[in-house]
Formats: sequence, structure tokens, C-alpha cells
Amino acid sequence: MLTHSIFFYFFSVIAIFSSLMVITSRNTVNSVFFLILDFISVGCLFIMVGAEFLGMIILIVYVGAVAVLFLFVVMMLNVAEQKQSWFIGKKSTHIPIGLIVSVLILLELLVVVGGWKYKDDLMSSNTLYLSDVSNTHQLGLVMYTDYILYFQLSGVILLLSMIGAILLTFRQRKGVKKQSYFNQISRNPSSSIELREVKSNQGVKIDD
Amino acid sequence: MIEIGLGHYLSLGAIVFFLGVIGIFLNRKNVIVILMSIELILLAVNINLISFSIFSGDIVGQIFTMLILTVAAAEAAIGLAIIVIYYRNKGSIRVEDIHGMKG
Repeated sequence: MLTHSIFFYFFSVIAIFSSLMVITSRNTVNSVFFLILDFISVGCLFIMVGAEFLGMIILIVYVGAVAVLFLFVVMMLNVAEQKQSWFIGKKSTHIPIGLIVSVLILLELLVVVGGWKYKDDLMSSNTLYLSDVSNTHQLGLVMYTDYILYFQLSGVILLLSMIGAILLTFRQRKGVKKQSYFNQISRNPSSSIELREVKSNQGVKIDD
Repeated sequence: MIEIGLGHYLSLGAIVFFLGVIGIFLNRKNVIVILMSIELILLAVNINLISFSIFSGDIVGQIFTMLILTVAAAEAAIGLAIIVIYYRNKGSIRVEDIHGMKG
């Protein structure tokens, strides 16, 4: 029990600290870094408490997709305070914060792996009603049978959001020459070749 | 203090939720931080659902956590797309500058 409390306080203190830093740091890039740290801390907490599948899903979806999407948008929109010093130059201010965050993440992963290896009955999920199968198996048993409608609906929601995001940010640019296959294929010699009699000393006028 | 129960996890969820709400209200910089605060709030909801699911022995809470996660990802994508086109039109996403609807 002591180990469980030590793990809980370690991850929860990091989670609370990093969520505080998300809302108070002056630079938006540092906010995204601390958001990643927060997601990883809570994911480790989930793994520790016995919901392994959702912890891994939070690591994949939140850290791998959502936080990186935030980071891309922040870098693209140029709204961070330090505008011209990203990773080069004498005033690169992101490297210390980035190093702190990555060292904390490494420490958390080491703690999780160590706890898993040496004390695997830390907070076992045998309080659930099917104790002999793993967490992922339990989720699959329920999700694809009783909650299949909600599962499909969440897929539809994801499809809608993808179409919406593409449609919102799509922009037809003016003045860009593009290759049009239909126009290329549908032209014939009568519309594309013109024979002219060239008089001497006058030249010919190509259509202007 | 040593015995970690349901109350500790609920307290953690409550603190993270509180910080997310504070982040929405105190933020004067740009809209992206507001979106990040919304993500924090959804994460707090996930903490609550998973801790209830573990401590009461019911797997349905984790199913709902997956649905919330899906909706959070969709919401982040749509919100960031809206922010991108707003920045493209107006050139700024500061919170004070967004008053086009006079709300």
C-alpha cells in the first residue's frame, strides 16, 4: 500500500503542477509542452490503477495526436511570444523547458516500468468482476456487444470532424496554374492546331 | 494518507478540473490556451470516470471514457481548424481582439 501511495502522489503532483503550468506559462509552446507532460502523467496513473488499455490509448491519442496537433497549430500561426528564435540563435528559450519536460517524462516512464516489473500486484484489477481476463479483454467483451451502437457513433463523429476540418481549412487559391486532365484529354486537332500563311516581312500574330 | 482510495483520485480530478476552469477565465493571451483548458477539463472527467470504474468494479466507466476521448479529439480538430481560418482572416487570435459578434 505504501508503494501505491508513493506512486499516486508522484504522478498526481506532477499532473497538478503541469496543469498549473499549462494555464500560467507565458509562452504558448511551453503550455503545449506541459500539456503533454500532464497527459503522460495521467496516462501513467491510469496504467498504475489498472486501466492499462485506456492509459495506453491516452498516450497514443492525446500525446501522439492531439498535443502534436496543438503544437503544429501554435508553430504555424506564429503566436508564441518569442517569434524568431525557435531552435537556433542565441536566444533559444525553448530548450530548457523542453529538457525539463522530457527528463520528467523519462523519469515517469522509468517509474512505471519499474513498478510494473517489480510490484505487479500494486493495484490489481481483480476488483472488477472478470478478474481472470485482462483489462483490454474486458473492454472488448463489453464494447463490441453492448455498446456497439456508441462505438459506431463515435466513428461517425470522427469522420464528421475530419470532413469538417478539411472543409474549413480548404482554400482555393487564385492564380495558380494547375494541370487539368479533362481539358488535356478532350482537346482535338481542330481546336488546337491552326495553320496560317506567313507573309514575308510581317510575321504572324500568336493569340495574345 | 497512506491508504489511497477513491477520494484521492476524485480530489485529483477535481483539482485538474478547477485548474482548467481557472485557465478558461484567467486566460488573456490566445484562444489555443482556452482549447487546452478544455482538454484539461475533459481529462479530469476521464480521471473521475476511470476511478469510479476501477473502485466500483464496473467496466462501463471505461467505455464512456473512450467515447469522451473520441469526442475530445474531434473537438480539438474542429476547434483548431476554426482557429486557423480565423487567424487567416483576421491575423490575430488574441482574446481581446475577438469581438466580431459583439457578444
